[in-house]
Amino acid sequence: MQRHLISAADLTRDDAVLILDTAEEMARVADRPIKKLPTLRGRTIVNLFFEDSTRTRISFEAAEKRLSADVINFTAKGSSVSKGESLKDTAQTLEAMGVDAVVIRHGASGAPYRLANSGWIDAVVVNAGDGTHQHPTQALLDAFTMRRRLIGPDAGLGRDLEGKRITLVGDVLHSRVARSNVDLLHTLGAEVTLVAPPTLLPVGIETWPCEVSYDLDSTLPKSDAVMMLRVQRERMNAAFFPTEREYSRRYGLDGDRMARMPEHAIVMHPGPMVRGMEITAEVADSDRCTVVEQVANGVSIRMAVLYLLLGGNEPAVTHPRTEEK
Amino acid sequence: MSKILIRGAKVLGGELQDVLIDGGTIAEVGNGLSAEGAEVVEADGKVLLPGLVDLHTHLREPGREDSETVLTGTRAAASGGFTTVFAMANTFPVADTAGVVEQVWRLGKEHGYCDVQPIGAVTVGLEGRKLAELGAMHESAAGVTVFSDDGKCVHDAVIMRRALEYVKAFGGVVAQHAQEPRLTEGAEMNEGVVSAELGLGGWPAVAEESIIARDVLLADHVGSRVHICHLSTAGSVEIVRWAKSRGIAVTAEVTPHHLLLTDELVRTYNPVYKVNPPLRTERDVMALREALADGTIDIVATDHAPHPHEDKDCEWAAAAMGMVGLETALSVVQETMVDTGLLDWAGVADRMSVKPAQIGQATGHGRPVSAGEPANLTLVDTAYRGLVEPAGFASRSRNTPYEGRELPGRVTHTWLRGKATLVDGKLT
Amino acid sequence: MDTHDTRDTQSDARPVLEGPDIARVLTRIAHEIVERAKGADDVVLLGIPTRGVFLARRIADKLEQITERKVPCGSLDITMYRDDLRMHPPRALARTEIPGDGLDGKLVVLVDDVLFSGRTIRAALDALNDLGRPRAVQLAVLVDRGHRELPIRADYVGKNLPTSLRETVKVQLAEEDGRDTVLLGAKPTPQ
Repeated sequence: MQRHLISAADLTRDDAVLILDTAEEMARVADRPIKKLPTLRGRTIVNLFFEDSTRTRISFEAAEKRLSADVINFTAKGSSVSKGESLKDTAQTLEAMGVDAVVIRHGASGAPYRLANSGWIDAVVVNAGDGTHQHPTQALLDAFTMRRRLIGPDAGLGRDLEGKRITLVGDVLHSRVARSNVDLLHTLGAEVTLVAPPTLLPVGIETWPCEVSYDLDSTLPKSDAVMMLRVQRERMNAAFFPTEREYSRRYGLDGDRMARMPEHAIVMHPGPMVRGMEITAEVADSDRCTVVEQVANGVSIRMAVLYLLLGGNEPAVTHPRTEEK
Repeated sequence: MSKILIRGAKVLGGELQDVLIDGGTIAEVGNGLSAEGAEVVEADGKVLLPGLVDLHTHLREPGREDSETVLTGTRAAASGGFTTVFAMANTFPVADTAGVVEQVWRLGKEHGYCDVQPIGAVTVGLEGRKLAELGAMHESAAGVTVFSDDGKCVHDAVIMRRALEYVKAFGGVVAQHAQEPRLTEGAEMNEGVVSAELGLGGWPAVAEESIIARDVLLADHVGSRVHICHLSTAGSVEIVRWAKSRGIAVTAEVTPHHLLLTDELVRTYNPVYKVNPPLRTERDVMALREALADGTIDIVATDHAPHPHEDKDCEWAAAAMGMVGLETALSVVQETMVDTGLLDWAGVADRMSVKPAQIGQATGHGRPVSAGEPANLTLVDTAYRGLVEPAGFASRSRNTPYEGRELPGRVTHTWLRGKATLVDGKLT
Repeated sequence: MDTHDTRDTQSDARPVLEGPDIARVLTRIAHEIVERAKGADDVVLLGIPTRGVFLARRIADKLEQITERKVPCGSLDITMYRDDLRMHPPRALARTEIPGDGLDGKLVVLVDDVLFSGRTIRAALDALNDLGRPRAVQLAVLVDRGHRELPIRADYVGKNLPTSLRETVKVQLAEEDGRDTVLLGAKPTPQ
């Protein structure tokens, strides 16, 4: 593995499978009376959140604490950042306090990449979501959820998602989750289809390793997992689609549409859901919907990532990359 | 001012000749000229060009003296072989009155490294709503003939039409920064394959092309001339080519960086590559080179845009747009146009001196290297190759995208009306 | 665990225990457990991955033959409790499987292949601490090669094998390696 986790595209197939396998063992810690491992004792991790995201921060924090790391939470609001301090100065200040890793969430695409590659700090950088670029741990927890559900927790060990048909629906243009998932799922051998109105697909998407469709109904019967992306209501005002009603009619997942999916197929959502927009309550609350599982799996995945990046004297070793994206 | 004999220079890249400067004028051009009473500069086969003219420079003074001043900017210009720079209007305060343009013009005159010809804003405060006093700026001591809201587009079609019409009265020209504002809201880089992957806001080519198309049609309609700043796309080239074929009075410039760099570099998220208009694709770069070679694009202009270190040593979104360019322009043009066989040195003289001087009406610049002409000259060691070292820049800012890159060519001497401003690569 | 030489072709390695020897010492260990635990009613065997798990299963089978009762058997991965984590890249994790009734009040017998520095067992005791509160913890190993670095000793030893630090002890088991043997070899000279 590389020293930092910035993009899902940086992971080889073997890296990704190692992370999923490790997460499978981490998941079992949650079932123990004492949900704690001494592995990162003495390591200090700062959660550097320039963007509000309580659920992602809490998930990382839970993972860090279960591994016994010392955790510093830094949110930009009300801090020196809102007084004009730069990312560089903030990071250097934190590193001076002896931080081993920085988990960063930032509104600007590429901010974690800059932090990792500009020589500003030495700490390991983990991207917890940057702008509309990447959110690699989200993609990993999604892949983990798919592997557990579609193959099985034990049967999945050592395996990728070869041949699984995954459909992502919604605002791909503004979605770091979509970008990370396309990269990772492709690496893991899945067949990815993106479904969205053309306005919510980026120009340049034609080079992505996936199919693109404007028609949800024809895609559903051929999907093993359907991931609904959040669609912000504000997009309507920027003319990405005419009305909320028209959006949910064409691209929302309701009970009728879910019935057209194969019986084993699951419904996923990275959260937070906008019920009534991209997903109806009936679907969101059904057994096929993995939203709550995804949250639990998020902690296991983040424990795995932190262990593999910080648990030793260097990142975990996997076999050299076998295929190029 | 005494005599200077430049011995053994390839004038415009041609045969070896001697050039004798007497006072501010070229006295004689020929072979075996007498060195009597003259200081001799051994050119050793270097290329002698008319002093370069940059139609697009940001000197930042007044207002942003932390990034550049008229002094440091004109020293950078002299280092790069320029004898005239046109100073863009987006200063603080904006150069939208006779007072501000005269101040800039005077500072240039006082420092004496390079003629500074201020560009006046088209609209008050570059806001695109109300015409600035274009006539007053023209009649001021600065004698402004080029008007531009550069940094912003004169996007209102009526305002643009009026400006084009109005400057006809005194032979002015409007230089348009072609950028449709609505199509470029949140734009951070060229819109395409790379922006899709990096998740950076896209700046589509059509936002430039649609404004150019509109403006050449407007210029045609009102019988005025229009100049297009920093043209950056293959589509823009097609539109200008079409307009010229129709006899429309349009001229266009390309920056050195758009002749060399592509948006692939943005993958590093390093803001030294953040510039407006953004770096485009390989296909655009090739179209721009071809257009510069065949004359569709008239000139090279640097869009020298200095920024302090902290404005680039940050994340992409927070970074300022722009690159310094005066001190590397000729090297990049040699790399992309001369060494590729697209343009000879006479062509370079045309695109970087003769034509920009004509468009901007810079009297006494962009003239032939012949007896009786003003001695505005640049001597270039074209055999040189070396790494770009920003630490040695005369500019106050270091935001170059070429740090550590090997480029050909080095300006060794610059003369402004017979007075050396650069000798052996050192400013006087 | 850390004593294994993974190379298969070690020319000067000589077997110190062969298949029948291993079967015999495991039978003896099983009998000793029954004897010391007075019937092994509350015994839980926990093997330390990888080979300790196979040994634990074999001992469990023998206990079942002796006592005619099923003896709970699981695995205990100690990777994340190691004290040398920071000296290597992180290792892949193995499975920790605690049998259904848990460990509280039980007699836990840890099973490993080779006892060397004692650090693995120290880590295993820490790991156990997070999993429950056994009545007592005992240790069974196939080979004790000496050179302890911590105050730890085995309760059941298949073979005491005095070694020098320049030697390696390699345990091969049919489940993982296709055959049962314990090899004593020389450490390869550093390149």
